[in-house]
Amino acid sequence: MSEHFPALLVTAPLLSALLVSIASWLRPKLCLPLALLGLGVATLAATGLLARVLLEGPIGYRLGGWDPPWGIYYYLDTLNAVVAAAVAWVALVNLAAAHRAIQADYADKQGPFYTLYVLAVTGLLGMVATGDAFNLYVLLEISSLTGYALIGLGPGRAPLSSLNYLFLGTIGASFYLLGVGYLYIVTGSLNMGDLAHLLKPLYGSLAVTTAFSLIVVGLWVKMAFFPVHAWLPNAYSQAPGPAASLLAPLMTKVMVYVMIRMMLSVFTVDFVGTQLLLQHAVVWLAVIAIVAGALFALAQRDLKRMLAYIVVSEVGYMVGGAWLGNRIGMTGAVLHLINDVVMTFCVFLAAGCIFHKIRGTAFEDLQGLFKKMPWTMAALAAGALAIIGVPPTCGFFSKWYLIRGALEAGHWGFVCALLFSSLVAVVLFFRLFEIALFEPLAEGHGHGEHGSHAPAVAVAEAPLSMLLPLMAAALGLVALGLATGPVVKYIIAPVMPTGLW
Amino acid sequence: MKLISLALVVLLGGLFMAATADFPDWGDPASPASLHVSPRYIEKSMEETSVPNIVTSVLADYRGYDTMFETAVVFTAGVACFLLLRRRDPRPGPKRIYRHQATGVIVEMREEPAKEPSGGVFVRIDDDWVPHDLIIMNVCRLLIPFIQLFGLYVIAHGHHSPGGGFQGGVILGASIILLALSWDLRTAMARLGETATGLMSAVGVFIYAGVGALCLALGSNFLDYRALGPLMFVDPVHARSLGIFFVELGVGLAVMATMVLIYKNLASEGLMDQGL
Amino acid sequence: MDMAQYIPLLLTKYNYWVYITLMMIGLWAMIAKNNLVKKIIGMSIFQTAIILFYVSMGAKYGATIPIIEHGHGAEAAVQAADYINPLPHVLMLTAIVVSVATLGVALALSIRIHRRHRTLEEDGILDQLREP
Repeated sequence: MSEHFPALLVTAPLLSALLVSIASWLRPKLCLPLALLGLGVATLAATGLLARVLLEGPIGYRLGGWDPPWGIYYYLDTLNAVVAAAVAWVALVNLAAAHRAIQADYADKQGPFYTLYVLAVTGLLGMVATGDAFNLYVLLEISSLTGYALIGLGPGRAPLSSLNYLFLGTIGASFYLLGVGYLYIVTGSLNMGDLAHLLKPLYGSLAVTTAFSLIVVGLWVKMAFFPVHAWLPNAYSQAPGPAASLLAPLMTKVMVYVMIRMMLSVFTVDFVGTQLLLQHAVVWLAVIAIVAGALFALAQRDLKRMLAYIVVSEVGYMVGGAWLGNRIGMTGAVLHLINDVVMTFCVFLAAGCIFHKIRGTAFEDLQGLFKKMPWTMAALAAGALAIIGVPPTCGFFSKWYLIRGALEAGHWGFVCALLFSSLVAVVLFFRLFEIALFEPLAEGHGHGEHGSHAPAVAVAEAPLSMLLPLMAAALGLVALGLATGPVVKYIIAPVMPTGLW
Repeated sequence: MKLISLALVVLLGGLFMAATADFPDWGDPASPASLHVSPRYIEKSMEETSVPNIVTSVLADYRGYDTMFETAVVFTAGVACFLLLRRRDPRPGPKRIYRHQATGVIVEMREEPAKEPSGGVFVRIDDDWVPHDLIIMNVCRLLIPFIQLFGLYVIAHGHHSPGGGFQGGVILGASIILLALSWDLRTAMARLGETATGLMSAVGVFIYAGVGALCLALGSNFLDYRALGPLMFVDPVHARSLGIFFVELGVGLAVMATMVLIYKNLASEGLMDQGL
Repeated sequence: MDMAQYIPLLLTKYNYWVYITLMMIGLWAMIAKNNLVKKIIGMSIFQTAIILFYVSMGAKYGATIPIIEHGHGAEAAVQAADYINPLPHVLMLTAIVVSVATLGVALALSIRIHRRHRTLEEDGILDQLREP
């Protein structure tokens, strides 16, 4: 069976999404178990794949039994395998955590909600596993469409934010499609490995450069890289909690993965090395992204919005690291990608828990929250330490690699931006915890429901089904940090191309 | 703002146009796109899948995995529209209009009735109801069965002529939408209800993915239809042809149901009672 | 640089230029228009232009549609040069489906927006959001 793991990884969630949808019309009670089952199988497959790739080296899978480049081919090396495993685990844990919040907020629409949730994961996993440039576009659209719907479901101005996301997302995806079209017209192939081989003689051509720019810019729009980030803060801060803690950690990170895959496996370092002018401009853009994201975050008075701007800043880390142009920078980018999945998941899940309990995430709502929700706040603090970059949490190690890469490339701007944003993160979270630790519990907390006249605050934590996953995520931060050495050695080093420019 | 965006767009267009200088000429039979991957499809399609329509064989077999997700995209859009729009609360405003079928007398009810008048004597009509045109209603009623027959033909004959699941499914869906336009939404809902469309769109995609999973269960790769051969007592090449037919059926079902589902949700703003 | 060298370029590449023009019209509508439905229309134009681009690259002079003549029976060898490239058509079936799906979701979102704000003019909605 293990030779079919690549197919199971993506088709098990797809099949379970369909079954969830059928169940939502006939037996709504079965929706959650079916969704968990589908994601569970995918998680098993992803973990098994990672183990196999580590033991045996890269695996291919011919869908429909057709050889590449005629059919669609999955190609898994340690890079996709580890990203797929991270995506699958986070999606599964988040679903386990989210069902209480979904029940509370979307009682009559649970079935469609679970359907779209599992479909979004299907799209993300497919994007990570596929080795076909066009197949990637289709899967990208699946996860985007589900994202628009899940975000648009939120209250207030969420539909408008979601529609803006849809416009920008469509522009991004269309640019990617057009870039693939440019590649197809000059090479005649859609398979990534085949493209890498066919593009070699064409590196001087303007069409290839344009294709590369189109693909990269399209992906930047989807990952909310700085000048085109405007959709993200609104969309993620207004999305329903469970959707935010699925999309915020995974969507942008998978897009970063796709960008790295395009840079390493389709265009190869030989090509990106010829685009030196572009390379410097991109690192400087990343510097601006990091600084601007940090400053915008400083201006927010709402936990979720603040976290959304931190995501913008983190995207700058990864793009900058990937474009620094040396092995350590690229290693740092990949390491930060994996770490950031868990970091962002931890803090967004904590925000979801807080929202579930007190129906608000503005700073005024958080007053005295350490007494009321000690465990949730502890997990948030762990996430904050990781974002700031305090050892032994994982954030420290990836920042360390990024800074070393920047020093080696002699890019002082990037070093300064990294240090500056870490400093801002300290201020951000210190301010937050000061409110939550020392200010008295807000009068009329949670809009008059909880603790409005209790002098001694009773602990009122989020339900255990949300708390346990949150604790797991917080522990994961430290575990990942401690595992940095093996991760770099066995997972990241094998995929670094020998001639990294 | 407008000027900046205009300049940006013109600049971008200029860049794209400059890049076309490296492209092969239009219609050039020696372009890389015509020489690298596609000749295999054209020359081997008959031999390998026994399907003369190469678009169908590439769509549902060589790149069948793409098409499965394409169907899933349609399904996703249907579920997304349902999730975003559907609501169960009654239409705001107390007015409900009924028509006495025999005499054509129109009754307006201010209060919400405890029980919908039924029995075929009174029918509920739209708030902004205008008398339907007799010619349009009856011509459409006559046309719709033929449109549906044609839709089925397009699905089934996709192996030999332009067509297939998507095209046929859209034609079938359009026939139901035509009914909703020429009569009203309630009539169309009575023919094809909400639960039916919801189930059909999921079942359609499930047929596609299920055929793929069946191949997996029979020991081949996902969607490798050759594995179905022993099940149907045909050789592997014909198994591919038949496999394509099955998945096209699933596609047709899913596309039809989803088109109708999206239309109903958009036209009635999610109330499913009246609209357009 | 004399103009004469651009004329063959125009004659052999005009199809690409048509799609680029269309695409930029759509993109401009998406960026600059104020009405949400006009933006959605722009999005459709934009996506359709890409579809035209893909379809046009499948063309071959002197070739026919990619359906093999006398499919069953005459077993003459099939020449790739006689049939146009089927792959872009297949890919664009997918892109058409995607653009329809995006259109559906966009319209559903705009109905939700209209339900709440009673307008689809973007500045009107933003005005409403600014005043609490």
